[in-house]
Amino acid sequence: MTPRLDVNKTYKLYIGGKFPRSESGRTFPVIGPAGQTVHACAASRKDLRDAVEAARAGLTAWSGATPYLRGQILYRIAEMVEGKRRELADAIDAASPARRAPRAKAKTKPPAGDAEVRLAVDRLVHYAGWADKFQQVLGCNNPVAGPYYNFTIPEPTGVVAVLAPDEAPLLALISLLAPVLAGGNTAVALASTRSPLPALIFAEACATGDVPPGVVNILSGDRAELLKIFAAHRDIDAVHAANLHSDHLAALRAGAAENLKRVTARSGVEWSDAPACHDPWWIEPFVEMKTVWHPAGA
Amino acid sequence: MIPLHVIQVTVNAVMAAERAASFTRRSIKASAKREGLRLAMSMLDLTTLEGKDSPDKARALCRKAVRPDPSIQDLPSAAAVCVYPSLVAVCVKELAGTDVRVASVATGFPSGQYPLEVRLEDVRRAVGDGADEIDMVINRGAFLAGRLGQVADEIRETRRACGKAHLKVILETGELETLDNARHASDLALAVLAEFEDHEDGVDFIKTSTGKVQPAATMPVTLVMLEAIRDHHAATGRRVGMKPAGGIRTAKQALHYLVMVKETLGDAWLSPALFRFGASALCNDIIRQYRWLARGVYAAGYDVSES
Repeated sequence: MTPRLDVNKTYKLYIGGKFPRSESGRTFPVIGPAGQTVHACAASRKDLRDAVEAARAGLTAWSGATPYLRGQILYRIAEMVEGKRRELADAIDAASPARRAPRAKAKTKPPAGDAEVRLAVDRLVHYAGWADKFQQVLGCNNPVAGPYYNFTIPEPTGVVAVLAPDEAPLLALISLLAPVLAGGNTAVALASTRSPLPALIFAEACATGDVPPGVVNILSGDRAELLKIFAAHRDIDAVHAANLHSDHLAALRAGAAENLKRVTARSGVEWSDAPACHDPWWIEPFVEMKTVWHPAGA
Repeated sequence: MIPLHVIQVTVNAVMAAERAASFTRRSIKASAKREGLRLAMSMLDLTTLEGKDSPDKARALCRKAVRPDPSIQDLPSAAAVCVYPSLVAVCVKELAGTDVRVASVATGFPSGQYPLEVRLEDVRRAVGDGADEIDMVINRGAFLAGRLGQVADEIRETRRACGKAHLKVILETGELETLDNARHASDLALAVLAEFEDHEDGVDFIKTSTGKVQPAATMPVTLVMLEAIRDHHAATGRRVGMKPAGGIRTAKQALHYLVMVKETLGDAWLSPALFRFGASALCNDIIRQYRWLARGVYAAGYDVSES
């Protein structure tokens, strides 16, 4: 019998609900879920441009959807990630040789990858819950000296860039992404440069998770190359990043100053610490406060 | 009356699509792209054809046509603005002293389903108000029913009513069903326009669509019309202009069209006198791409004005 051919998939970018290759045609080798070598696309500045266009186009529908619906869709993403637990866990473990070793030795103990996926699902579920509740926490009814009601209401900021760090390639990405989406923003995420596969598999979960096209866009590629484009792109309204190299952070802030992007750059986050990462104040940097005066009637 | 020498040419639709697609695979970068964008802007009929158009919107459009991007000195003006007849006078006044021309759709645009007398009066009034160019629609119902003589007569009458104004004949290829019909209608229009003694280069255009019907301009249908113009030029020596309209929204598409024009008709047609784009969103995309070339930064939607 002819030996079965290996199916070594090239992991594609996720832009506007589709899975294109990089327009540049570039790929780079990474270790696949089964330890084999597979390829991921190395996004170019034009892929980033396309992703921002898609995110901008997707913003109207997503920011206009009811918060309840956004919560439902975030929950649905969590369900889809749960269904891909094994694949994601393998991809995480494969990317981290140090984690592979204990898995082989201690069979009873769940591998680190699986723990990371479970935490990631929990994080999605957590922010799915916040989608129609953070408004009550962040918004308020202001006392005024006159016959008016005065409300402050949070509204989505717009298109947000999410720059995932190299460690916890799935959990960190989702921790940065979920608050952005819950706030009603659309996102262009750059996966970990070192271990992009978990993020790219997560993209497949999004695609089957009823996420409208353009709401989540995920690129893989060289962070150093793309960072300046992210920073300077005037149609990106905010950035959510973690553990950036100090040079990268300086470049990001310099570029962001051009169109007053809100830059939230976290460092030293313990991603597995749920109480630290489950926080409506993680949504707050990605909403704009609108204050409305309304006649009190009577 | 049908011009006698119009014979029906058939078009290989598969090869037309293949040939059209080949024009999208050229690499146009840096200085070539820059010149291409400038050329595309200079060929633009900046268009607004909506029921909600107002004199103020028309004035804003005119200012945009004259100076598409106030922050960039070397981007040329658009070729013309294209508006409904009721706004012609406003635009003529606003554009006085500039090189930007005023084009008006007429003849009961977009359907053309009005009595001929009404359609001709529509043209006369637009010309009377100062329109430099008239975009007419052909009678698609008559064409599809095979009443080619009627179609020819109406184009002829409209051409007469235009006087000194230039004429663009809209075939509305989206309603003509096939590329064979698009070619046939092009040949018919070209033959009728050739009857006129005052025919100089660029006085007459054929145009794909109103923009109100899908599909509007596509590359295959534009290619077929360009080939009709090419064959007409070979037979008569007359240069007729071409205007694809509707659906050309990005600068990249515009560059693809320019490649197609160059490789089908040659350099003579790479001029606003003989080639136009009918578009509205295209203007802002050209500006954004031009800014990228100038500054290396992607612009935001709010960086450029809407109209």
